[in-house]
Amino acid sequence: MAGATLFGLCAAVLIGLGVFGLITHPQPLRKILAFNVIGSGVFLLFGAIAYRGAAAGMSADPVPQALLITGIVVAFSATALAVALLLRLHDETGSASLSAEATNKEPSGGHDA
Amino acid sequence: MTTTGGLLLVLAVLLPFLGVLAGLVCGGRNVRSVALLTILAGLATVLSIGFTFIQGDQPLTYLLGGWAPPLGIALRADALSVVMLVTVAVVVAGIAAFAWGDFATPRDGAEKRAPFMYWLLLLAVWGSLNLVFLSGDLFTLYVALELLTFAGVPLVCLDGRGETLRAALRYLLFALAGSMLYLLGAVLLYGAYGTLDIEQLAGLVRPGPIAWTAAALMTVGLLAKTALFPLHIWLPPAHAGAPAAGSAILSALVIKGSWFLVVRLWFDVMPGVVTLSAAQLLGALGAMAIVVGSIVALRQERLKLLVAYSTVAQIGYLFLMFPLAFDASGTLLVHGDAMTGGVLQAMAHATAKAGMFMAAGLIYASLGHDRIADLAGIARAMPITVLAFALAGLALMGVVPSGAYLAKKLLLAAADGSGQWWWTVVLQGGAAFTAGYMVLVLSNVLRRPAMPVVLVKRAARMSEAAALALAVCSLLLAFAALGPVPRELISNPLSSSDLPSTLLVILGGVLLALGMSRRSLLAAKSDTDRGGFARRVMVSAAVAFEDLDTSVRRWPSASLALLALAAFLGALLIT
Repeated sequence: MAGATLFGLCAAVLIGLGVFGLITHPQPLRKILAFNVIGSGVFLLFGAIAYRGAAAGMSADPVPQALLITGIVVAFSATALAVALLLRLHDETGSASLSAEATNKEPSGGHDA
Repeated sequence: MTTTGGLLLVLAVLLPFLGVLAGLVCGGRNVRSVALLTILAGLATVLSIGFTFIQGDQPLTYLLGGWAPPLGIALRADALSVVMLVTVAVVVAGIAAFAWGDFATPRDGAEKRAPFMYWLLLLAVWGSLNLVFLSGDLFTLYVALELLTFAGVPLVCLDGRGETLRAALRYLLFALAGSMLYLLGAVLLYGAYGTLDIEQLAGLVRPGPIAWTAAALMTVGLLAKTALFPLHIWLPPAHAGAPAAGSAILSALVIKGSWFLVVRLWFDVMPGVVTLSAAQLLGALGAMAIVVGSIVALRQERLKLLVAYSTVAQIGYLFLMFPLAFDASGTLLVHGDAMTGGVLQAMAHATAKAGMFMAAGLIYASLGHDRIADLAGIARAMPITVLAFALAGLALMGVVPSGAYLAKKLLLAAADGSGQWWWTVVLQGGAAFTAGYMVLVLSNVLRRPAMPVVLVKRAARMSEAAALALAVCSLLLAFAALGPVPRELISNPLSSSDLPSTLLVILGGVLLALGMSRRSLLAAKSDTDRGGFARRVMVSAAVAFEDLDTSVRRWPSASLALLALAAFLGALLIT
């Protein structure tokens, strides 16, 4: 099997695993990790595309690599923001669950009840 | 080639972010002045982009560093982006005027985090939106969308309470799932066509497995960020929990970013790939959003949640333009009536919904609560705020001359022209649903109170004026009739041809409010509900809609819906 195809398939597996984790795990931290697994999959796919798209004697297409770096920075910032929110949520409420809310009667602000 | 005025595009994106950096350096005591200066400069920039565009009558382009795509990155402003740029600048200015007093740091007092962050985030949202409107390449658009989310999420939890933190985290995680789908689609397009530039892709993309997959993944990812039903899992708690000045930004502006991108994708990148049946799916989701959002809004006990659910419904309207943009033979009209109507709808919603959230926030701040059942007498205590709320509602309904009215006329004309009568029904019926929750709120607000209303705080004049001004802006969009709207569509709303449908809409709204509201409107004092048979049927229907909303807003069902929609949309794209 050609290298690019192998990497592409690996990317598909990673994305699939990540999506599965995002749906099934109720804990936010696991969801954040699952998001990172999906991200790795997409970035790996992009790398495989850069490898496959290499032409004119270059070893790889440079554009995807430049975009990849940016993508990784964005995913890193997203993870940092999510973890910061999660830590703060844990500090405030003592739990780190996403689903402790009553659906219709959630107060819209203030503690007047 | 960089055209004249191209540098203005760079300025429109850079100015807000420069403002963020300057504000960060200047600190909490000065951040407000920095924001004011930035907003004034930004407004001037955006207006001069508008004038340059009108004078030159051609899209503005700027090539970063002089490199042409596909290696370089282009910023482009066509008619669509210019219109959105101006709208957003006006709404940002209005929101800043509203928040001026609330988010002030006194000269001698201690600096607080919330006001400091608020102004930075407002500018960051603005800069990211400008980048979304101007960017000419799908990857830059991804970065812009992520910036928009990162700026929007902290607005939800400005006050740092546990429940708002939870809402913010939910919003962030679901939005990230959506953006991953978008990025995956963009990567696939690059793999197939070797470019991400919108203009180049438009010439290259052909229907085929990769284009179908990419279109489905990107569209659904963006729908998750826009919170179109059934992907609105994060919207109600996030928009209702944020402070009013934050909700106005989130509801009026942030969701428009990802909606705009769907429009770009369908009309500019892949007009040859999208199909009528896929557009019908988007329209159907929109129709469901209108029905479910409006009915659940009717069932709310709190004003801010009602307004948040009204946003869920109004997002539905924004997606009705997609099926109507196809003509009778099933080809996409890139510059048809439906396109104009949809954009006008977005502008009308941006202004009116900002005004509505502001009015709701003022009522909350002045009363210390926003229980709809206890709002009696507010109309006398704070007339300007209530007027702003009512005008915003009227503007959203689209029964009097306003932006939404013209948008509805344009979409109705498109529905007639393409023979899609079912969208006529949705458009007319949707106004009745909007009328429903407006009747509910206004009937409570105008009621005579049992005891005099005690205001815990008097609303600032400038905040009230800002809310009113934005609501009036939405009505004034009717003057779009002087420009891009065909004159024959406009008719006197009191004429014999229009009056019956207007009356029907309002009557429908009254019936919905009577039948489905949580407390019976007629017997406001008694908690025990002895309604007739019709009321009982309607209440149980409304409860069923509430249950539907609750079940689709669970995480597993929402994320499965995300995947199922992507697969379904992909299948509908196959020709």
